[in-house]
Amino acid sequence: MTALSSVAAHRFEAHHLAYAYPGGPLVVRDVSLTSTPGCMTAVVGANGAGKSTLIRMLAGLLRPASGAVLLDGVPLKDWQPRLRAREIAYVPQSTPTVFPFQVIELVLSGRTPHTPGFQLESSHDTEKAMQALENAGAAHLASRSFTSLSGGERQMVILARALAQEPRFLLLDEPSSSLDLKHRADLIRTLARLRNTQRLSVIMITHDLQLTASFDQLVALRCGEVAAAGTPDEVLRDDLLRDVYGDPSVHSRRIGEQTLIWVDL
Amino acid sequence: MITAISILFFVLIVCVVVGLAAGSQRIGPAQLFSDSFSRTLFFRLRLPRVLMGLVIGASLGVTGAALQALFRNPLADPYTLGVSGGAALGSSISIALGWSARLAGIPFIFVASFIGATLAVILVMGIARAGAVVLPGALLLAGVAVNLIAAAGVLTIQYLTDPASALRILRWLIGSLDVVGLGPIGRMMLVLAPAWLALLAYSRQLHLLAIDEDTAATLGVNVRRTEAIVHALCALIVGVTVSAGGAIGFVGLIVPHAVRIMFGQDLRIVLPGSLLLGAAFLILADALARTALPSSELPVGAITGLLGGPVFLWLLRRRQQYSVL
Repeated sequence: MTALSSVAAHRFEAHHLAYAYPGGPLVVRDVSLTSTPGCMTAVVGANGAGKSTLIRMLAGLLRPASGAVLLDGVPLKDWQPRLRAREIAYVPQSTPTVFPFQVIELVLSGRTPHTPGFQLESSHDTEKAMQALENAGAAHLASRSFTSLSGGERQMVILARALAQEPRFLLLDEPSSSLDLKHRADLIRTLARLRNTQRLSVIMITHDLQLTASFDQLVALRCGEVAAAGTPDEVLRDDLLRDVYGDPSVHSRRIGEQTLIWVDL
Repeated sequence: MITAISILFFVLIVCVVVGLAAGSQRIGPAQLFSDSFSRTLFFRLRLPRVLMGLVIGASLGVTGAALQALFRNPLADPYTLGVSGGAALGSSISIALGWSARLAGIPFIFVASFIGATLAVILVMGIARAGAVVLPGALLLAGVAVNLIAAAGVLTIQYLTDPASALRILRWLIGSLDVVGLGPIGRMMLVLAPAWLALLAYSRQLHLLAIDEDTAATLGVNVRRTEAIVHALCALIVGVTVSAGGAIGFVGLIVPHAVRIMFGQDLRIVLPGSLLLGAAFLILADALARTALPSSELPVGAITGLLGGPVFLWLLRRRQQYSVL
């Protein structure tokens, strides 16, 4: 292994990414970030700041207008889609499935990158899928129909599908938006546990700043650009948050281990 | 999976036997050996007709299942999306111009029909696609519009062409499985069998696409390539079947739903299952068409339409209740 590739191995990097939708202005400009094994990254910012566009580029769903996404030093577009799918999993904001798939069927689809072509999933895959459902706190939903679930239940099932992929890097686009207080906490606990036990890396978009206190790094986007990046302590500051959200009435206070963030109404 | 396919295979065999037995002339195994008239009737007309039902029904069933998954729309089928309409227009043009010629051994009506079907698919998909989402309303409306345009085109051609061609177009449009001898079926199978297999080979990709396009893409499916290939295969299959049997509606709509209700949503079962059940269904519908009236035959398209139309409306109603888009 060359020196270069050993440095680049086990890293997921975005270099100076930019993106514009057809006929539109740049919605992401010069964004760089790096994720390493066992690192939890939160991407925050106001609505329309370019967070989802950024994560879709990281997931390989959008091709950057300029810049590059590198996985283990190799540009994402040069990865075989199937092999890439073993490394990177993506949890979209919503999954508008029309057909009433069974939950376990849906989670099993996450095993696709690991099953040879023209074969159905094995009992080993079913075990992995059940384990993923348990990790996501959705084991009780296994035999339900996906289309009959609530928004929050769906998010847990889609998380399970991504976990069944056994990725090294997990990308989540607002996974907590439909979850209640307890399930939000459970989600973060699950991600933190998988980070500690399996060195899972997480890149998660969220509006819930409270949840980001236990993350390793925060990237705050404003109008498609990185406004601030660093540890939660470095980013969750009054002045930075006011700038990121464009609202002078944002406050944050450190209380012991917790950071409290609120807005004057 | 093996159970599901075995059951449907058994159903198909039963339907083939029923189809071979049904008809104005009773032909039992005994007559086949003793009576040469019965033998001719059986091998020149009845067996080819049942096989034609098998080939066309299987084609419509499997393309219906594939299109429903690809467009993530339970109301999609070659007929509702205007693919059959496009193929019908292509076929009519070629009948009117009297192009009985062959292009590299392939009857020109196949080619014209395939081109019509392809244009319809491209048009409908182009209108209904908005980014990663296929708008269900726009998809079906575009299908309706393409069907209307194609129907108007066919009418115009019928009006302008000579009476003999006009009558041929009319007879053919109604949709019939009438065929003499096994030759035409053999020629169709040369194209259809590879196309069926190729479509079945995309079962897994279609399974993932039926869940969600972004999900499929992040699980390693090359979405654009799969889409293009499935489009082309469906246009090819529909083009060949329509040029041979006319636009027989709703088989591709009902059959995949029946398979889903019986065996669940997994496309790796629904796709081959729809191939088998589509064949069984059309053979049965044709047996009904041949025997329903004492003195004459009903067009098989009328039977599938009468059965399929209400199912379509029922699905539409259900879709409103559980609508997610």
